[in-house]
Amino acid sequence: MDAELVKILAPYVGQKGALITVLQKVQEKLGYLPRELFPDVAKICRVSVNEVFGVASFYAQFRFTAPGRHSVKVCLGTACHVRGGQRILDGVERDVRVSSGGTSKDGRFSLERVACFGSCALAPVVVVDKDVYGRMTPAKAKDVLSKYE
Amino acid sequence: MRFTDIQKKATAEWQAWTGSGKPRILIGTATCGKAAGADAVVAAIKDELSRRNIEASVTGVGCIGLCYAEPIVDIQKPGGSRVSYGNVTAKIAPQLIEDCLIKNDARADLALGYLGDRPVNGIPKFFDTSVLKPQVRLVLRNCGFIDPENLNHYIANGGYSGLAKALSLKPDEIIAEMKKSGLRGRGGAGFPTWQKWDFCRKAPGDQKYIICNADEGDPGAFMNRSLLEGDPHSVLEGMVIGAYVMGASKGYIYCRAEYPLALERLALAIKQMRESGFLGDNIMGSDFSFDLIVKEGAGAFVCGEETALMQSIEGKRGMPRPRPPFPAVSGLWGKPTNINNVESWANAALILQKGGEWYARYGSATSKGTKTFSLVGKVERTGLIEVPFGIKLREVIYDVGGGILNGKNFKAVQTGGPSGGCLPATFLDQPVDYESLTAAGSIMGSGGMIVMDEDTCMVDLARYFLNFTQAESCGKCVPCRVGTRQMLAILERITRGKGKPEDIDQMQRLANTIKNGSLCGLGQTAPNPVLTTLRYFRNEYEAHVNEKRCPALACKELIQFYILPDKCQGCMICARNCPVDAIRGGKRLVHVIDQPKCVKCGTCLDVCPEKFAAVVKVSGEKVEVPPEPIPVKAGK
Repeated sequence: MDAELVKILAPYVGQKGALITVLQKVQEKLGYLPRELFPDVAKICRVSVNEVFGVASFYAQFRFTAPGRHSVKVCLGTACHVRGGQRILDGVERDVRVSSGGTSKDGRFSLERVACFGSCALAPVVVVDKDVYGRMTPAKAKDVLSKYE
Repeated sequence: MRFTDIQKKATAEWQAWTGSGKPRILIGTATCGKAAGADAVVAAIKDELSRRNIEASVTGVGCIGLCYAEPIVDIQKPGGSRVSYGNVTAKIAPQLIEDCLIKNDARADLALGYLGDRPVNGIPKFFDTSVLKPQVRLVLRNCGFIDPENLNHYIANGGYSGLAKALSLKPDEIIAEMKKSGLRGRGGAGFPTWQKWDFCRKAPGDQKYIICNADEGDPGAFMNRSLLEGDPHSVLEGMVIGAYVMGASKGYIYCRAEYPLALERLALAIKQMRESGFLGDNIMGSDFSFDLIVKEGAGAFVCGEETALMQSIEGKRGMPRPRPPFPAVSGLWGKPTNINNVESWANAALILQKGGEWYARYGSATSKGTKTFSLVGKVERTGLIEVPFGIKLREVIYDVGGGILNGKNFKAVQTGGPSGGCLPATFLDQPVDYESLTAAGSIMGSGGMIVMDEDTCMVDLARYFLNFTQAESCGKCVPCRVGTRQMLAILERITRGKGKPEDIDQMQRLANTIKNGSLCGLGQTAPNPVLTTLRYFRNEYEAHVNEKRCPALACKELIQFYILPDKCQGCMICARNCPVDAIRGGKRLVHVIDQPKCVKCGTCLDVCPEKFAAVVKVSGEKVEVPPEPIPVKAGK
């Protein structure tokens, strides 16, 4: 674990119930959870490596592989679903040649399907990095993604 | 500083802002406003103001709930009423500023309505328009009206007077007040809040906890997000009051990580509370001490269930455990714990501010007060609304929501998220309250209200929800883990046209087993979407199973797209846009879709010019088309 990360995690050493927060901090810094760090995380939180993996794999937020340069999240909440969210996801998968949960070969995009962003009134919604795009169609989504390198 | 002095200072700041003698510009900059482009509008307005040397205050406010009209900009000239403008883009914003502030033209063509006492020519009073008239804004009273990052704005509008009052009362007196108000849990189950508080208060223990459940996981619901973004202090004030009643010294807010702006606003609000003595040691000079911690959820729907949520706060996997013992006796870290939903806490603050009797004047006999809903799906006016209990579904959908999108027909409304159900048109004249929704086979839930039109396939919708609950099942108990998976497999089969006649009965049996055998609320309610769609839309299941046809033309495997030879003008737009090059044809040649190659994305139907309307979508019908492109008939 590099020195910077050690510093970030220092306040949580031995703190009761901090495992999820610690994992969130690691992911915030590195973009994902490298498995080789699990023993260190286990030591910080005073739990077993098993427990670390169990928790990390339980929650949708955590990923175990390095993300692409841009994160693309297609919302499939109910409002997005009834307004054609699946068509958007299908389109994005086709356009950037990546299936949901994966990262494109050129490392440009990682794609995720998300249950709901709470921007239902603008359904269907696509979020690229921190930008929210509402009222999408497959063609509009393609245009949006072409802006990201 | 004494609270009356704090109030005086806050009121002075509020009056300086509202009556500054300068024009005021308010822009909805909650997540939905931002998604619609509010940040660019703010920048454009600021540019225009500085270019023209106009002195005006520009403030970002929470969501007023009319998401369909975002970005929304409000302009108030000194001494005048405030006028709301909808769909303001960065392009038209400078013109709007020029017209309103320089040319004195209120731009009635762009206005949604005016707020205030002075009528503005040609513009309706905002709260008399059909979208707002049926609404009663209690919980959302400040959203869109105050700067959510300014504590003084909240205090100047009655904020923290509820806490001040609470601290002068005995816990029993507060519980009596809550009982009078008739408030029931807004998370969905509708348990009387006073009773829940009383259980925890009476539970023996030196250390107690309270929790705010802000893990709004229902897909299609965003009420809690809007409230936390638009008026965070109202929720936090309710929590401090609750903590005082129950004797809790520590509270947690469990909020989803998907809500970055809400988390940011919460962190700021908590900091402000500490600085002003509303949080920490000896709150408002009393001997009561309490502190709050924000916990970020990590993405698990099941964590909306109270025992799972507590496991998650403890840093474990969010798996529910059997009750009893109930959290009021043994909850977080084994201590007495009380969990309430965001909206319940905000209501508690309001009840202490205004009194239980005042609150109970709103709503119906058994369901008091108001409820916020996210009204979304196929309605003209999507948004966040707040209506009194007892209102008819029809008023919500047709008056507030403006009816069905594009003049189509209403098919169903879904409430309660994955735990709820779909109600058909026969329920449109039923009142919205806990009892009648439950009797209809759905639930109130936390307030998602998704409207569906004739284009929504109810079997596909049931499949959608089961796909969701199956993926979100924590895996602890068999009926939920295995049952939902089996049910999903059947639904997938049916939507693919591979359904067997016995599937429908099999599903009904499975649903009952899951309902009766599951450990927690997630499992027990998971079959609701299937059960209600079977009850009210059985014919759609039968069409899929027996005729291999999707009446709503939604199930991909059961539909085909065709280009009608007598309508196609050979303009090539569809062929150019087809993502898989499945359309053959050329200039002035009738286009033909290569059926095996078609991925049924529907792009051709979207892009075919309306005046030609040459693309059709069908299910279970054969459309005669030429096998190869042929010339467009002359004379057309």
